[in-house]
Amino acid sequence: MSGKKRFLEYGAVQAILAAVLCIIAGLFIGFIVLLLINPAGAWNGIVTIVKNFLNYPSKPAALKYLGNTLVKTAPLLMCALSINFCYKTGLFNIGAAGQYVVGAGACLYAALGLKMPWYVCILFAMVAGALWGCLVGLLKAYANVNEVIAGIMLNWIGLYLVNMLLSRVKEQASPYTEQISAVNSAALLPTMGLDTLFTKNKYVTLAVPLAILIAIVIWVVLNKTLFGYEVRATGFNKEAARYAGMNEKRNVVLTLVIGGMLAALGAAFLYLSGYEQWSCTQSSVPAMGFNGIAATFLGGLNPIGTIFSSYFIQHITSGGSYLDKSIYPSQISDLITAIIIYLCGFVLFFKLSLNKYLAAKKESASGRNREEGGKAS
Amino acid sequence: MAEEYAIEMLNITKRFPGIIANDNVTIQLKKGEIHALLGENGAGKSTLMSVLFGLYQAEEGVIKKDGKEVKINNPNDANDLGIGMVHQHFKLVQCFTVLDNIILGVETTRGGLLKKDEARRKVLALSEKYGLQVDPDAKIEDITVGMQQRTEILKMLYRDNEILIFDEPTAVLTPAEIDELMQIMKNLAAEGKSILFISHKLNEIMEVADRCSVLRRGKYIGTVNIADTNEQELSRMMVGRDVQLVATKEDAKPGQVILDVQGMTVASKRHKNNAVKNVSFKVRAGEIVCIAGIDGNGQTELVYGLTGLEPLAAGRVTVSGEDISKAPIRRRMKKMSHIPEDRHKHGLVLDYPLDYNIVLQRYFEKQFVNGAGFLKAKEIRKYAEKLIDQYDVRSGQGAITIARSMSGGNQQKAIIAREIDKPHELLIAVQPTRGLDVGAIEYIHRQLIAERDAGKAVLLVSLELEEVMNVSDRILVMYEGEIVGELDPKTTSTEELGLYMAGAKREEVSA
Repeated sequence: MSGKKRFLEYGAVQAILAAVLCIIAGLFIGFIVLLLINPAGAWNGIVTIVKNFLNYPSKPAALKYLGNTLVKTAPLLMCALSINFCYKTGLFNIGAAGQYVVGAGACLYAALGLKMPWYVCILFAMVAGALWGCLVGLLKAYANVNEVIAGIMLNWIGLYLVNMLLSRVKEQASPYTEQISAVNSAALLPTMGLDTLFTKNKYVTLAVPLAILIAIVIWVVLNKTLFGYEVRATGFNKEAARYAGMNEKRNVVLTLVIGGMLAALGAAFLYLSGYEQWSCTQSSVPAMGFNGIAATFLGGLNPIGTIFSSYFIQHITSGGSYLDKSIYPSQISDLITAIIIYLCGFVLFFKLSLNKYLAAKKESASGRNREEGGKAS
Repeated sequence: MAEEYAIEMLNITKRFPGIIANDNVTIQLKKGEIHALLGENGAGKSTLMSVLFGLYQAEEGVIKKDGKEVKINNPNDANDLGIGMVHQHFKLVQCFTVLDNIILGVETTRGGLLKKDEARRKVLALSEKYGLQVDPDAKIEDITVGMQQRTEILKMLYRDNEILIFDEPTAVLTPAEIDELMQIMKNLAAEGKSILFISHKLNEIMEVADRCSVLRRGKYIGTVNIADTNEQELSRMMVGRDVQLVATKEDAKPGQVILDVQGMTVASKRHKNNAVKNVSFKVRAGEIVCIAGIDGNGQTELVYGLTGLEPLAAGRVTVSGEDISKAPIRRRMKKMSHIPEDRHKHGLVLDYPLDYNIVLQRYFEKQFVNGAGFLKAKEIRKYAEKLIDQYDVRSGQGAITIARSMSGGNQQKAIIAREIDKPHELLIAVQPTRGLDVGAIEYIHRQLIAERDAGKAVLLVSLELEEVMNVSDRILVMYEGEIVGELDPKTTSTEELGLYMAGAKREEVSA
């Protein structure tokens, strides 16, 4: 038998296949839910979700709304990268949501309160996120506090601190923060001409290519550098990392600092585009950080794969908002996307089943191959 | 006379990508016999057993039970045929009692409630019949390794298994427990059970087995009657050449003191007392000092204290004059190499490829990483390939093989290559031959002696009496966290060493 790998045995192929299977399963279950609620509009409904910006017949309009999806993909990708990076050290950074929140608070306050230019605002966000991640890391490394517990606590602490902080720069009549474009347009991320590509969608900024670039950098750091070697060794086997003299505590803190920075950058990418304002009365942690978990797993825990999975998740999330509200209650779009995202968590399961299937197939095939003189290989 | 055999594996061939794990192997287990299966690590013993258990399907060959051909597709099939196995690493639920573990999976219930009385009677009856002493109500985590193993054996008997497979059962036992196990196996065979005894310890096979089948590199070499053979012949069959069972070496020429330990105390993780109590000793360049003792007398913690895996509670450790009592691990490893006790826990990142594991202690050196913090993948690969070649580390795909997929012996060889090749003055080797076959043991012993002759200080921690007597130049016996004797292997008998190890004898040792 030749030692050559079959097409289906490559890790990347498997990851993609598993992700596609999850997506199909998620859409299918979503379809069934729509059927149960109102069979008449179910097919149209699911098509609407999948089509997202393509629901607009004119090309310029479609492009413009593709731009909107991209604007929200960038922050999702950053949150996913944050979780991905920490996961490689064996840490489950559910605190990414909170790091995202403090990032939003810091960059918006720098923009609206301190009237700083955009690059300083980004710096503010990164420092805040790093600090938030650092707290989790220190607790984990030196007090053995589980990073999930610390992360969730800090999510809420962060949310209310940010609500308090941003109340100082909110509009008089609404709970939303002031428009950056009205108060300090220097804080808006430069569009670098990208807006013209998307039918003058001024929200498409530097953030989109930058997020993709950062994903590639993260992949390089993890796979090609000394730090990545240590991070992954620690994730695979903490004891062996310690035996090899790696400074495990420092690496845990450093990983979470980087994770925090990434998530906070995501917030800066969204809020400094001016696409959304922060609502100072919100009482739940924005879902962005949590959706990052789904994006990471759907992306096969690979930073490059995460680029595509983040886009997909944002694509259907945006698509959900086009559902016909006269047939389905407005929450249904969230429900459908939630189901699909939930199914994304099954990527690892699908991968495992696939490998089992391949192994079993190989068993029976290898016997046959020999009889045929190994023609098939 | 087909019924003469309880189980037969005829002409089994099992291939994996790049390797033939079993090449036309035939094993016939007679009813009521103890049949040893002997082979080096990677010889294909585990694969053969996995085929028997339906974990793998053989490409060729048939399995017969009582002369009738059977198909074993999964472990349940094997269980239905009455085949049971005591794994090298026990499959027990730590926080369950002995009885709970035995009935796990085959519980008798009434209305959803467990009916344990009947099970308890059966277990007690079995344990009496075969001389398997256990406390049914003790929790696994509280009992000795020997008793855990007896629990595993009872698990098989409780399921009325007729064919019992012992996978290297003595690797984890103390000498006394080994004797006990040998007796149990003989009892079981006398009661008509058929036993397949996987081992590479020749003396045990000679003592307990009726016949022995030998595998070498996946090939079936032959089956011999134990009565007609000897250890030399068996080892020749297994390794394919004559093996020196006793390491030969020149007298040691100790030089200056390399390792100096004064009043070292290490706290225990398991109990409130200190695991290592006020221990002092020296190791000089060019000598092998062996720490002997029964498992659990503080040897592990002693090594943790020396290598920095655990902090010292008190005392002072110097290596070549440098005080390292509080130094971080990385700084200690500049002067010492450490072959760890547990190669899976400490020695390897199992999910990393072999080349990454080979640089585990030196990946940060200038030759493997550039100024910007990028690893030099080519240099790492080249260095790994050099060591793989030099130390004959065998694996499916060379340097890129994932460590997890390698055999235990080759994993250990990779660690030894790494630790010996890296610059060091002191080598700490903890049970470096645990679970390995004679070929590999011979090899490792030669490496240790070569290290000594190259002027390194070697500290060997071993539980194997033979190893202690053969390899070391000086023996320190540890008992309950203290060094209770310093012996010269040339003037000491195994019996005397045993007395010290058991705590029956002690002397005041001056360091």
